Amino acid sequence: MKISIERGTLLKAVGQAQSVVERRNTIPILANVLIEAEGNTVSFRATDLDIEVVDRAPAMVERAGAVTVSAVMLHEIVRKLPDGALVALEGDAASGRLTVAAGRSNFNLATLPKEDFPVMASSEYTTTFTAKAAILRRLFDKAKFAISTEETRYYLNGVYMHVATGEEGPALRCVATDGHRLARIDAPLPDGAQGMPGVIVPRKTVGELRKLLDDDDADIAVSVSETKVRFATTQITMTSKVIDGTFPDYSRVIPTGNTRRLEVDATEFAKAVDRVATVSSERSRAVKLSLDEDRLILSVNAPDSGAAEEELAVAYADEKLEIGFNAKYLLEIASQVDRENAVFLFNSSGDPTLMREGGDTSAVYVVMPMRV
Amino acid sequence: MPSLCRACLKTFDAGARCPACRSPRVTAHPELFDLSIAHMDCDAFYASVEKRDNPDLRDKPVIVGGGTRGVVSTCCYIARISGVRSAMPMFQALKLCPEAVVVKPRFDAYVETSRAIRAMMAEMTPGIEPLSLDEAFMDLTGTARLHGAPPAVMMARLVKRMEEELGVSGSVGLSHNKFLAKIASDLDKPRGFSVIGRAETQEFLARQPVRIIWGVGTATQAALETAGIRTISDLLRWDRRDLGARFGSMGDRLWRLARGEDQRAVAPDHRVKSISKETTFNEDTADPDILDGHLWRLAVQVSDRAKAKDLSGRTVVLKMKRADFSLVSRRHALGDATQSADRIYREGRALFDAAGRVGPLRLIGIGISDLAPAAVADRSGDLLDPDATRRRKTEAATDAIRARFGTDAIIKGRALR
Repeated sequence: MKISIERGTLLKAVGQAQSVVERRNTIPILANVLIEAEGNTVSFRATDLDIEVVDRAPAMVERAGAVTVSAVMLHEIVRKLPDGALVALEGDAASGRLTVAAGRSNFNLATLPKEDFPVMASSEYTTTFTAKAAILRRLFDKAKFAISTEETRYYLNGVYMHVATGEEGPALRCVATDGHRLARIDAPLPDGAQGMPGVIVPRKTVGELRKLLDDDDADIAVSVSETKVRFATTQITMTSKVIDGTFPDYSRVIPTGNTRRLEVDATEFAKAVDRVATVSSERSRAVKLSLDEDRLILSVNAPDSGAAEEELAVAYADEKLEIGFNAKYLLEIASQVDRENAVFLFNSSGDPTLMREGGDTSAVYVVMPMRV
Repeated sequence: MPSLCRACLKTFDAGARCPACRSPRVTAHPELFDLSIAHMDCDAFYASVEKRDNPDLRDKPVIVGGGTRGVVSTCCYIARISGVRSAMPMFQALKLCPEAVVVKPRFDAYVETSRAIRAMMAEMTPGIEPLSLDEAFMDLTGTARLHGAPPAVMMARLVKRMEEELGVSGSVGLSHNKFLAKIASDLDKPRGFSVIGRAETQEFLARQPVRIIWGVGTATQAALETAGIRTISDLLRWDRRDLGARFGSMGDRLWRLARGEDQRAVAPDHRVKSISKETTFNEDTADPDILDGHLWRLAVQVSDRAKAKDLSGRTVVLKMKRADFSLVSRRHALGDATQSADRIYREGRALFDAAGRVGPLRLIGIGISDLAPAAVADRSGDLLDPDATRRRKTEAATDAIRARFGTDAIIKGRALR
């Protein structure tokens, strides 16, 4: 194999590959990226056996072929090369080495046989549809903060993507929860997505997927089967196994009878929560919300370290209420609000609280209160 | 021989009675004034407090504990003559001693008296390690010049003050380490004062059964018995390595304690790092139902202890020892701290299930670590487990019943497995 490729293009492709490979793994080939050159395209393939990403980039191919080389090392080298450089990659089958050359820099890297590189088994995708990157980005970005890290509840370690009846009609819905908070985000159901099996997209996949979704207008082809999900742009194809488990019935968790309504500027609210929480040295900092007519008092009382209080002007016209939350959870859900005010709906100090972004019905958040 | 009158605290050289006050309450021992590690244990503490506060009860057998379905928490020495013992079911106790007066526990009064005793101790030394409301280790090393009296006299003065000012009596054990001091305090109850000197340590221990060693419960006793070990002198014949090979870390401990060696310091602020309970089975078992029953009972014990100490844990730890003594342990960090038996059990059970088949076990244990104050425990519910709140309330109600009627007054079915 012998190719020449622009440094920026190479960096992006190898960057994607090296972030998929596992840093600590016991199978040497999994640390490598498989580079395949044919026609005037080079593809870079990397996998951790759960996710496979293939990045195709234009290049001048002098001699077609394939080679595998350490993804992290190649990425480091390319990163350190000067911007705008033309990089030549040449694999020598006899010596089993890959030469990387740019300007006066020359590198000679060890390779592993391309036959050893595991290729993810293809799946029978039952549903295929196309969605704009901006839509998918919003679905996953707004839900991912609530993904659980608890391994004992592995079925919560991802975002549950499925078809649902939303408040505005059929929806492509993403839900994540860790038992303390929950995010439910809807988007209008894209054509062809009807009948899609619900899948739990693992946390790592959600993180890697983000890199495909930078360009708002890009069309993303989504393919779903019971066991795999695939997201593809014209350059990149990412295939991931889905979590083999049943996502709990979240609908009964979302309160419907909460009547006490608080409307507050989300940014001001988040800043105030952050300020008062400073005095608490506990790991789970509890903030108390005391609500009275058009007035919200945020307070923290940490016997060992101090106390803090801050008053906010809000819209609140219901009965007095005192309720506590983990400060971190409040900050995280408040930061989901983009433009509108945050609207909280409470029941009692022991019941789950609902939050919406203004009048937007496509995003709902639930947070569990905490005894204070 | 150095002698001490416990009635008037006079020290003298010889005589069965005090030369000053003629009292026969004399303690004499060659090393009496050279030993400084003490253990003080109140005599029938709860019952003594009750008798003090209600003089009508003074000459009657008194049982402190729950109603007819509860258990004996403490009984006075008069009741003990009839054979009543603590932890005995109440109906059995009343069969043995029908004239006994049963009194419900008044923990506030016991805590108050315990605080007063602790204050008296604090005047003597900072080296106090309370074990419960009614017993504590004390290290009086180096306090003789300050008090102008050796530790033995100071301990005699402590129990005398307790009787005079608080109306409760205690027994003292004095020795050269904690292990022996605790054994000594039990030798001459009530109102006792026993001394185990360095010179007699070996000879004294050799006569004792192995169960005198703290931590040797029924299971260990049975295991030792299988190995032909009944008394400490049996233990002394064993090689250190053989004991270690057969009984693990317990073996080494047995080897040292059998020789009266105990290096543990009296730890004033004995900071608990974890709370755990484990049990060794008479027969190895892999039966998940049996193990589940054990897990639940142990979780309740861990939870009870955490609640008593106002503590909670952020990590649940499961420990399993296989038949070949190899150890499997699993831990799970929780989002928030807990002291609930239900939660500890559920997390432990999840760890047990996730561990897969580990084969027959000889021991199972569960505990909490990464401790936090009880105030931050179980503060938030679980969205996906709405029943958790209901179970928490059930546990609180159960705890109230158990506090009043004894720890076995109400139990879950799974505790019977």
